[in-house]
Amino acid sequence: MATQHSRSAARLMMSPAVFLLLVWMLVPLIMTLWFSTLDYRPMRGTFDCCEGLGNYSRFVTSSAFLDSIVATLQLVGGVLVITVVGGVLLAILLDQPIWGQGVVRILVIAPFFVMPTVSALVWKNMFMNPVNGLFAHLFKGLGLQPVDWLSQYPMFSIILIVSWQWLPFATLILLTAIQSLDSEQLEAAEMDGAGPLSRFGHIILPHLARSITVVVLIQTIFLLSIFAEIYVTTSGAFGTRTLTYLVYQRVIESQNVGLGSAGGIIAVILANIVALVLMRVVGKNLDA
Amino acid sequence: MTRTLRALMGATALTAAGFALAAQAETITIATVNNGDMIRMQGLTSHFTDMHPDIEVEWVTLEENVLRQNVTTDIATGGGQYDVITIGTYEVPIWGANDWLLSLDDLGDEYNVDDLLPAVRGGLTVDGTLYASPFYGESSMVMYRTDLMEAAGLEMPDEPSWEFIREAAAAMTDRENEIYGICLRGKAGWGENMAFLTAMGNSFGARWFDMDWRPQFDSEAWHNTLTFYIDMMNEYGPPGASNNGFNENLALFQTGKCGMWIDATVAASFVTNPDDSDVADSVGFALAPDNGLGRRGNWLWAWNLAIPASSDAPEAAREFIAWATGPGYTELVASEEGWANVPPGTRTSLYENQEYLDAAPFAEMTLRSMQAADPTNPAVDPVPYTGVQFVAIPEFAGLGTEVGQLFSAALAGQMSADEALEQAQELATEEMEAAGY
Amino acid sequence: MARAVTTQRKIAFTALAWIIGLAIFFPILWTILTSFKTEATAIADPPVFFNFDWTLENYTVVQERSDYMRYLWNSVVLAVGSTIFGIIIAVPAAWSMAFVPGKRTKDVLMWMLSTKMLPAVGVLYPIRLILIELGILDSKGALIFILMMINLPIIIWMLYTYFREIPGEILEAARMDGATLKDEILYVLTPMAIPGIASTVLLNIILAWNEAFWTLTLTTVDAAPLTAFIASYSSPEGLFYAKLSAASTMAIAPILILGWFSQKQLVRGLTFGAVK
Repeated sequence: MATQHSRSAARLMMSPAVFLLLVWMLVPLIMTLWFSTLDYRPMRGTFDCCEGLGNYSRFVTSSAFLDSIVATLQLVGGVLVITVVGGVLLAILLDQPIWGQGVVRILVIAPFFVMPTVSALVWKNMFMNPVNGLFAHLFKGLGLQPVDWLSQYPMFSIILIVSWQWLPFATLILLTAIQSLDSEQLEAAEMDGAGPLSRFGHIILPHLARSITVVVLIQTIFLLSIFAEIYVTTSGAFGTRTLTYLVYQRVIESQNVGLGSAGGIIAVILANIVALVLMRVVGKNLDA
Repeated sequence: MTRTLRALMGATALTAAGFALAAQAETITIATVNNGDMIRMQGLTSHFTDMHPDIEVEWVTLEENVLRQNVTTDIATGGGQYDVITIGTYEVPIWGANDWLLSLDDLGDEYNVDDLLPAVRGGLTVDGTLYASPFYGESSMVMYRTDLMEAAGLEMPDEPSWEFIREAAAAMTDRENEIYGICLRGKAGWGENMAFLTAMGNSFGARWFDMDWRPQFDSEAWHNTLTFYIDMMNEYGPPGASNNGFNENLALFQTGKCGMWIDATVAASFVTNPDDSDVADSVGFALAPDNGLGRRGNWLWAWNLAIPASSDAPEAAREFIAWATGPGYTELVASEEGWANVPPGTRTSLYENQEYLDAAPFAEMTLRSMQAADPTNPAVDPVPYTGVQFVAIPEFAGLGTEVGQLFSAALAGQMSADEALEQAQELATEEMEAAGY
Repeated sequence: MARAVTTQRKIAFTALAWIIGLAIFFPILWTILTSFKTEATAIADPPVFFNFDWTLENYTVVQERSDYMRYLWNSVVLAVGSTIFGIIIAVPAAWSMAFVPGKRTKDVLMWMLSTKMLPAVGVLYPIRLILIELGILDSKGALIFILMMINLPIIIWMLYTYFREIPGEILEAARMDGATLKDEILYVLTPMAIPGIASTVLLNIILAWNEAFWTLTLTTVDAAPLTAFIASYSSPEGLFYAKLSAASTMAIAPILILGWFSQKQLVRGLTFGAVK
């Protein structure tokens, strides 16, 4: 249907975005690739060729590397499970006829507007602090021993903070999807005697499949680069050092830019593998 | 572009008002930490600009770690964003040797460089050149609650031993009422728990490296240090100690939840200030503990002002540093905010000033602590490095933080002290080999 | 009978939804409340909720120490600026991908998303060195460009999914009626696309406002937004809960208010393939 003319017009309209993104991706990437083969340690004043793959093998063989992969998977996986399950349930709840729906919706989406740094600071100091935090007061009030969240359950605490920020996003998208569901279809199923569970499993969930994959895809992209929440709360201690945080430690704290750049390249490769897998799944869903 | 625009607009406005000088106005950007003394300095800026109407001052006040990260990256890439930077005693010798800082040998007669405390000045001098001017200096000491001490029937000696500290901590701890005998740093970081533990290690006979730069975490001395620290904290420390740094402990002490706290001497002026502290009138001071090995567990640190080589207004920056770290500034703070609030620990003359000694009950102990620290010879055994609670090599910041995370995990009970030490040894060996030692 | 059941159900659901909503909102409410307390009340045990002496002292202290308006202005310029430029570039790209899809369209989209995968800190040195070379470190222009680039893939994708929901038959009909490409865009597509663009704009403003790595590492004075403002309050000496709360409230209030007022628009555009 598209004519030759509109096709070339389309190409022209796409070109600024494609061009900018290419430059934005390639220039730093090539420089990072170059740095990753150098012994580049500004504090030592070294900027020497040629480490070859030395930085890569050092980065991968260090014991911190595997731990950081595990931490990354825990963080991303944990947040995804909580936000998707919570998001579906919340979306269904908010879709019911209730009084003050608009206000409740405002309350639920509010955390999405909060800066990551601020939310981490607030959670860490005002809630999870084992002496002055609100949870500690609550536990003491109930006669229990206050929990030291950030050192006893460090990963769980960070997952909780990040989930709090991203639950609104998942809820919003899933709510939009549920509202587009044909209510007659549901009523018909109810007439046929389908219980709430079977309606959920046979009608609602399949309808949401696509939106769920979209939520998973977008959140994964953002979650892989989570930084502020870890920096503020545990600074990577207690097994919360994700791959992104490990690269940060190499580049900024150790000021070993060569090693950190190698880590950055490895992170890109791994992230793209994850992305490819995800896109296979999402791509299928998007075509459907 | 905005800067040019602003300069143009400013110039136009002022020319209209008839000031021809305005075109020469220079702006200096000062990066500093959000500590109380620096915030006070920021508040007094107008006194400086009144004296130097041709200099405009922009402040960048950031939390310590963010500041260090930004300043380090800027200086390593030659960004030239700052004209005056606030850096610690760890950075000065390294950056000075790299020619990243301008010499501060000529700050003028009024500055009186010979008045600086020798230990502090020595740490800021590389090959005879002063690269940074100390703003305030600190050591560490024991701060304790005199009322709790009395109730426990004990008396704190001026020079306590670690054994006594543990005894006193046991006697003061009252978990029911949220009073913990001892508060110490546990938060991971080379400037947090490792500052404390490295200094403590010195008094236990431990050291980071032997004379051949071999890491020493497999030594008996480190085992003793870490197990003593962890045992004492587990039994008499506050919950969540592995996330407590200076600020968290300060808040705990000020709200009356700590019996003893071994930390920076500058904290003394905060815990004795009745505006912020619930326990202001019952705080005593003592030297950091020892183990009878000839070294105390106290450190030596100073926050200093320096000029990056990439600054585009070095003269104005020099003027500012001479003002902010000169003897005149001390007088200014004393007249505006009282003697107890002047930045301590940099000048001999301050500790000879009777007005200061009267206003600051902690002055004597601060000076004694600072004199008890020897950065060139910190440990019981000889070491190839300088620095009491740090090792002045570029690799230390990264390595120190990673080791700090292991020790913090051990304090949190996620691994044993020996596991932490074993991993620290492995990590340090790996890191030092890669660095070419 | 049936009505009674529905009313009962409605009451139950309402109660449940309100409890969950308030629980999710509570940390923000608590921060705002704490910002009006004194430092001592802020950590009082048991905690106090409303019956305390409200004070504006924390706000005065924070304002005295840092020039809030300058940070706020920078945040607004960066968020709005990066959004405007981003939309100008993204709308044509998304439009052409949605209405004139080629064989590679999906691959191009996925490639665009994948540019977001490079960890920011890994390219900090390259980006910094480039900006220094160009002499635009700590400039709003550079930050606007960077924020635009990091969000561009998401906005293109969001617009693309929205545009795809616009039925192609309408276009064909317009074309039959002799509409030119210009007419098509101006009179047919634009009105239908407005809600999608509006919600994309909102999402992008939120993302740019809250970006805290580049805005912190590439700015000092001239371009420093609220993320830098909050970094000077994150752990000062002494008791700081109340002051931290005041600074936090000041940093999030503008975007929170914008978000609340515009949440209907925000929701309307977030279809992301919801329909069908």
